Amino acid sequence: MRFGVVVFPGSNCDRDCYHVIKEVMEEPVEYIWHKEKSLSGFDALILPGGFSYGDYLRTGAIARFSPIMPAVMDFAQAGGLVLGICNGFQILLEAGLLPGAMLRNSSLKFICQPVFLKIQRNDTPFSNKFKSMQVVKIPIAHGEGNYYCDPRTLQEMKDNGQILFTYCSADGEETMEYNPNGSLANIAGIMNGKGNVLGMMPHPERYSEDILGGRDGFNIFASMINWLKGVG
Amino acid sequence: MLKANIYVTLKNGVLDPQGEAVKKSLKILDFGQVNQVRIGKFIEVWLESRDQAAAIKELEEMSDKLLANPVIEDYRVEIVEVNQS
Repeated sequence: MRFGVVVFPGSNCDRDCYHVIKEVMEEPVEYIWHKEKSLSGFDALILPGGFSYGDYLRTGAIARFSPIMPAVMDFAQAGGLVLGICNGFQILLEAGLLPGAMLRNSSLKFICQPVFLKIQRNDTPFSNKFKSMQVVKIPIAHGEGNYYCDPRTLQEMKDNGQILFTYCSADGEETMEYNPNGSLANIAGIMNGKGNVLGMMPHPERYSEDILGGRDGFNIFASMINWLKGVG
Repeated sequence: MLKANIYVTLKNGVLDPQGEAVKKSLKILDFGQVNQVRIGKFIEVWLESRDQAAAIKELEEMSDKLLANPVIEDYRVEIVEVNQS
């Protein structure tokens, strides 16, 4: 099993992701520079957080046209697992691999804090190590995580079960009070229709070891590995 | 050479947190009649071209592909200056 971490100019969570896969999950992992044009031998790709291209124009708008992106899209199309975290999520939205777009946080502030998330399903490649409706704590760190899509797209995602993580209270209450950025329907993470591409604003790679204050993020990577080994 | 102005604005119904904050500031400055502020982007593009129709077509393609995000934004293209030199 081989993971790839795609590195764009301005990515800054690439090493964290690499570290977690290599040292914590103990699986093979390689960096993939955004100027590469092909991908081979990878089982899962991670698009890490950061500020690719300085967030110029719109977050993810320029990275979406990096030379590696056609290969990432082919990989996703063929059913490969793709996890976009924070800026990686924004890139997946701009690339059209996931529906919707990001707006500035409703508070206009860059928010860096642990938040509670509800795991809406545990029958996916990304969440099979959790319990359904489990509440977990994972940190966010973003200025543009205010997810938006049109009402028809939101309904489609609800009907297809594409909403995987929602912001909530420690008790699992999903109200605006516990929504840090104003996102539609408290959305923190969504999948594509086929369920092999996940975009999420929280950073599981920052919460996968006890020394960092918590390890609820661990189970996202563990779920992917579980799924790829065919036991998910 | 042609010069184009491209106005990128948020679609109706898309919340604009920046516009809301600016509106509040204007109210604090006693501009009491302000009831809505929406913030967009203004992009200037200079083109090595003399064919306005072809330029507009190309500018629209640029906007669809990169300059605007059709999920949340609308855009308008205008050619403002034609230098015949």
